[in-house]
Amino acid sequence: MDYNVLAELLAATVRVAAPLIFVALGAVLSESAGTFAVGVEGMMLMGAFSGAVLTFVTKSWAFGLLGSAMSGAALALIVAIATARFRTDHMVTGLSVNILALGLTSYLLRGLFGGKTPVINLPTLDAIQIPWLCNLPLIGRALFEQSLLTYAAFFLVIPMHLFLKKTQTGLMLRAVGENPAAAFSAGTDPIRVRAVAIIVCGAFAGLGGAVLSLQELGTFTDGMTNGRGFIALAAVIIGRWQPLFVMLGCLLFGAASALAFNLQGWSLPISSYVIQMTPYLLALAVLCGIGRRARMPAAIGRSFTRN
Amino acid sequence: MRCSESQDPADPSPMLQMQGICKRYGAVRANENINFSVTRGQIVGLLGENGSGKSTLMKILFGMVRPDGGTIRFKGQALSGHTPRDAIRAGIAMIHQHFMLVDAMTVAENVMLGWKKAGAWLHDRQVAEQIRSTSQEYGLDLDPDAMVGDLPFGKRQRLEIVKALLRGAELLVLDEPTSNLSPPEVTALLAVMRRIAGDSRSIIFITHKLAEVFRVCQEVTVLRDGKNAGRCSTEGTTRAELARMMVGREFGLATPRVEMGSGAEVLEVTTITLKDSSGLKLLDEITFSVREGEILALAGVDGNGQTELVEVLAGLQAASSGRIALHGRDLTKTDVTQRLRAGLAYIPVDRATTSLVPGMTIAENLGLRDFAEPPLRRGLRLNHPAFYSRAVSRISEFGIRADGPGATVDTLSGGNQQKIVVAREIGRKPRVLIAFQATWGLDPGATRFVIDQILALRNSGGAVLYLSSDLEELLGIGDRIGVIANGRLVGIVPREKANPAEIGLLMAGGGLLPAALEINEDLG
Ligand SMILES: Nc1ncnc2c1ncn2[C@@H]1O[C@H](COP(=O)(O)OP(=O)(O)OP(=O)(O)O)[C@@H](O)[C@H]1O
Ligand SMILES: [Mg+2]
Repeated sequence: MDYNVLAELLAATVRVAAPLIFVALGAVLSESAGTFAVGVEGMMLMGAFSGAVLTFVTKSWAFGLLGSAMSGAALALIVAIATARFRTDHMVTGLSVNILALGLTSYLLRGLFGGKTPVINLPTLDAIQIPWLCNLPLIGRALFEQSLLTYAAFFLVIPMHLFLKKTQTGLMLRAVGENPAAAFSAGTDPIRVRAVAIIVCGAFAGLGGAVLSLQELGTFTDGMTNGRGFIALAAVIIGRWQPLFVMLGCLLFGAASALAFNLQGWSLPISSYVIQMTPYLLALAVLCGIGRRARMPAAIGRSFTRN
Repeated sequence: MRCSESQDPADPSPMLQMQGICKRYGAVRANENINFSVTRGQIVGLLGENGSGKSTLMKILFGMVRPDGGTIRFKGQALSGHTPRDAIRAGIAMIHQHFMLVDAMTVAENVMLGWKKAGAWLHDRQVAEQIRSTSQEYGLDLDPDAMVGDLPFGKRQRLEIVKALLRGAELLVLDEPTSNLSPPEVTALLAVMRRIAGDSRSIIFITHKLAEVFRVCQEVTVLRDGKNAGRCSTEGTTRAELARMMVGREFGLATPRVEMGSGAEVLEVTTITLKDSSGLKLLDEITFSVREGEILALAGVDGNGQTELVEVLAGLQAASSGRIALHGRDLTKTDVTQRLRAGLAYIPVDRATTSLVPGMTIAENLGLRDFAEPPLRRGLRLNHPAFYSRAVSRISEFGIRADGPGATVDTLSGGNQQKIVVAREIGRKPRVLIAFQATWGLDPGATRFVIDQILALRNSGGAVLYLSSDLEELLGIGDRIGVIANGRLVGIVPREKANPAEIGLLMAGGGLLPAALEINEDLG
């Protein structure tokens, strides 16, 4: 493989990983507090949709981003009320909102723009070059010539790590996911902590969706997240709920997607659909290997009731 | 009569006043119109049999459990509809009987959890330093960086104590804090309690060991069947009187010891060594044997290799080297199921994780060891009526207080959970019983009962290995007594030759003479 192709692959890896990182960091919050984040796929889709629509209507990126975070959070609110307050099953609830989001976005798209094949066309966010650094060999373009939201995704990792490890709130959040009774007796309200964690997770997942629609593609199409939310969940497991490792997990899937995309250009005698499956097959393989050993938050999936 | 019904008339405005507290769980009345008060600067003992409602009352005080009725006044303010957060703010701290710790976090993280002084941005280094100094000061050795999940039970108890001490509340609730501590540690803790009360702070102290009550408490409140059974000052009462108040009757005579002669060797353990991943010896060439109709009692401070020894014997861990034989048959390489079949029974220290499945019913838990054999199995199916009838008989034989065989184990009081474990293991009539802190958390009546059951097993020819940190109990039950210290088995002596002071010294690894002497004093 020649040098330019490799540099291009690295740049694509980082670019593809960015939306995954947003979603995965959100999922880390929700799951560390004890709620399976199955609904991130739907929250991401909602974010992608509202981001695109609002930016299109208001002509403002800021409104678009705000809208995507808020719509992701709104969908998450449903999950929060159902699971934390009414103790529904996390898997079922998550899957339901995923289906809800798929239907709702397709419906609203047609309702708002009419016609059979509605089109939103947006200029995508430009790459920002960091002077000097972007000229570094091999990694220069990958790390220092990316769009705003990509930088933002990677910059979020450290604060998230510090939040979970070094702050009282983060400690409490993890305690709620490990042993809600202990957290309760230490003076917190596990139900509220879980609800807030889920809602913030929704906002993050929404932003992840916005990266896709505003920065990558400049449009919204039905079901455009296409399983990326689930890939982010796999990255969370690979990274064992620790933001730094989760980021590496996202990069791994980014690399797989970038490679798959690249391979399609080589006109190999394999169906392009098979090649597109590689990141998902990789996710399965990695989960079989690492997933077994990963230690989940001890109380994940279990509801908390007070006597 | 020195003991009044409930209220202390001498203190019209106590620091804490709980009145008419009621709490029902289904058909069980855990608390029925309970009155309870604490005077500032006092240590108040709260006594009662297993399931009498002590923990429930304290959880209501701390806001963990909502009462059905009653009022609470603390420092003149009403506490109602409160949560632990409000209780903590008001100045109450509590050590729970079933620890409230996060296994996947370090000791320091557990201490910082919810502690204002640890800062919104955690001052982890300062806290670690404080943990070190506090635990040293009080003789409770604790490493702030250790993972709680890896700690033996005794250490977790120390962690709960250090946590509460560091927070320094005005009213400290200790729900059976001494049940897993060795005698020197108990002495240290009681000294700390006296010091705290000296600062005009108050303590509510729940324990089943009456001797401890007399060492530190000024006042005692006794509960029976969820109701007040009386309140007295420790100066005006005796152990026997308290015991009578708790159970409502006098204790009967202990099971007599039958002289067994020397039977055949049943359990033979030869040079068992266990190394951890760094090569450190957790067990060092342990060799002993137990005969038919004999109880070998092993004393030791928790964390000296007891857990490892019993787990190696039960088949939960593999020894690095050495041999285990039962009736001459080599069991070293066999798994748990085979050992159970061979007639081994095991009562572990942590009932909630190794022994019981808290979410399953009493009947199911009682059948956990033999569900694969008739009568509990019928063809390929479980025989539910057999589970049920076995449970009914064990519940009455062992005096388990519960809503019935269908109640889940996590709704039982701590002592009653322990009775289920004991009932299951002894009910199997094993050839060898390994019991590790078998009376942990049991009230005096139930303790007596368990010891009687173990003696009866011995009298009928069973071999028993009995480990505990309670010296008094070991000296009472053992035919031979040994000490385990630093992973080594030292000085097995016949019961006639056992000397508490010497054993105390061996337990402490040879150092600490004063602690050993204090043990002696306790036995008097
Ligand atoms: N969550 C619950 N659900 C149903 N019943 C319960 C629950 N908690 C306690 N109980 C019942 O309430 C009664 C009192 O229990 P409690 O734990 O207060 O006893 P205790 O005095 O602390 O006993 P021990 O000395 O064994 O700890 C018991 O009969 C117990 O079965
Ligand atoms: Mg209790």
